[in-house]
Amino acid sequence: MSQRVTTVVIGAGHAGLAASHFLSERSIDHIVLERGRIANTWRRERWDSLRLLTPNWLNRLPGHPYGGPDPDGYMTAGQVADFIGDYATVTAAPVRENTTVTSVRRTDGGYQVSTGEGDLDCATVVIASGACNAPVVPECAAGVPDGITQLTPFEYRNPGSLPDGGVLVVGASASGVQIAAEVRRSGRPVVLSVGEHVRLPRTYRDRDVLWWMDATGVWAQRYDEIEDLARARRLPSPQLVGEPGTTIDLNALTGLGVEPVGRLAVIRDGAALFSGGLRNVCSLADLKMRRLLAGFDEWAGIGDDPAGFEPTRIPAVPRLRLDLRGGEITTIIWATGFRPDYRWLDVPVVDEKGRLRHDGGVVDSPGLYALGLPVLRRRRSTLLHGIEDDARFVARHLAERLTPRVVA
Amino acid sequence: MTTTDNGVNVQALLDAREALKGAPEAAQFTWRATSTWKNGVHSTTTIQNFFGLGQEQSHKTKTEFTADHPEIFAAEDNGITPIEYLLVGLAGCLTAGVASVAQNRGIQLRSVTSTVEGNHDIRGILGADSDVRNGFNDVKVTFAIDADASREEIEALVAQSQKRSAVYDALTNPTSVTVEVA
Repeated sequence: MSQRVTTVVIGAGHAGLAASHFLSERSIDHIVLERGRIANTWRRERWDSLRLLTPNWLNRLPGHPYGGPDPDGYMTAGQVADFIGDYATVTAAPVRENTTVTSVRRTDGGYQVSTGEGDLDCATVVIASGACNAPVVPECAAGVPDGITQLTPFEYRNPGSLPDGGVLVVGASASGVQIAAEVRRSGRPVVLSVGEHVRLPRTYRDRDVLWWMDATGVWAQRYDEIEDLARARRLPSPQLVGEPGTTIDLNALTGLGVEPVGRLAVIRDGAALFSGGLRNVCSLADLKMRRLLAGFDEWAGIGDDPAGFEPTRIPAVPRLRLDLRGGEITTIIWATGFRPDYRWLDVPVVDEKGRLRHDGGVVDSPGLYALGLPVLRRRRSTLLHGIEDDARFVARHLAERLTPRVVA
Repeated sequence: MTTTDNGVNVQALLDAREALKGAPEAAQFTWRATSTWKNGVHSTTTIQNFFGLGQEQSHKTKTEFTADHPEIFAAEDNGITPIEYLLVGLAGCLTAGVASVAQNRGIQLRSVTSTVEGNHDIRGILGADSDVRNGFNDVKVTFAIDADASREEIEALVAQSQKRSAVYDALTNPTSVTVEVA
């Protein structure tokens, strides 16, 4: 027999726990299901050196500010997991760990959530299972010759765990640039394949660039005020690393000796072929960064040119072809993005691209909600401190939906 | 033995190959086109001068190409679309290659025709789906060749023409492209 509960929250990361906080505040009985341990992804699916990109002073969850000794530092993955774990404790969240959801389907009264540990019947479901459940690897990976080690950021741990030899890192968002830098510092030759990317300095005019994002209100921009929401939602993560004062843009990487090449177009006859458009993706990133920094200056009433701005330097003749059979490259790291996994969701609310159809967290099926997805309700939605507004809204919408049932 | 005459001066090409082996700088050519916007998506591009063999060169006449979009794209259709010019270039290049290789191999051609089809998902250029590329999804060239040769020899001609084709290479391999504002 199924257990009954008003709301099931799927996922005990920061988003699921924030939802739990606001549901508790409204006395809505609920259970938070977690496939592993609380903050599982931060404990298991991250490389050793990863730190949060947001400085500690900015990291807070609803009613739970950062209270540690290093407000300008950046948490390690383990510290993030502990921060989220502490939040679960102080909010007394009703979390059921090691409980994997195998299916969610509609019923007359709401939803049935099946798990390896039994079924739950509920009126409403909050999907907080994360936006990055699986790495995305392009189809052309099938053409990689045998003998080359291929890793995604889920499997990569540190440079010491790689075979000797050169490394091709595909993708120049946060994951790709961080991995490329540390692999290069270990002494290996590194080729970095660069497509469209978001360039940011770590600090701008002596403040963390994320201070500017926060202070100027860029991050607070609402999803329904953004002209091209689909584009905003698939924006690559910025080229940032959680190291005080350390900028990790392409200029920094070429300074370390990383060789940038264009977007990986195809692997043919054992050779990787790169787009000849490297110059343009770098120009686009420079233009967008300059516009962002100029916007900060405008907000601050500073009339100068953006400080410390130097266009991205690229090789005069970027390499277009890399032989993967010649021994130069022994490892390929696919830092080509992540996707959510909704294979367990037996409700027709996932589009042809595997994305959840929702309007600001209200999923296109009555009583179904989402949290923790990119630009869910604001640009800051996926950040720790960005969850508060979103979770408060979703809890209110969910409560208003339940009210008529209570009255009836 | 009959003399093959496809109208290609193969001897001159072979001589040039030998001469340029010792003078790589003379082999550096720059092809140029000059384009002017007219109105809407209509533009004209003219070609006359180029650089090669160490100096400025010129075609006998200036050629003007008109590019536009068809009426179903809400344009005036003053000329073919820019991406169709890639088909023109590919067909012209491969056909030249077939004739040259046939001449060199002593194969007399009677007729060479080809159809070039570029499949294009326009959701890319419209920005309707970021996973769809802007350019051709694939290109197919079909040759019909009447010549004093076996089918196998004709297939070898076509294969060799691809191997030595500038436009085939430009379409199938990445090329570094710089676009600047003067």
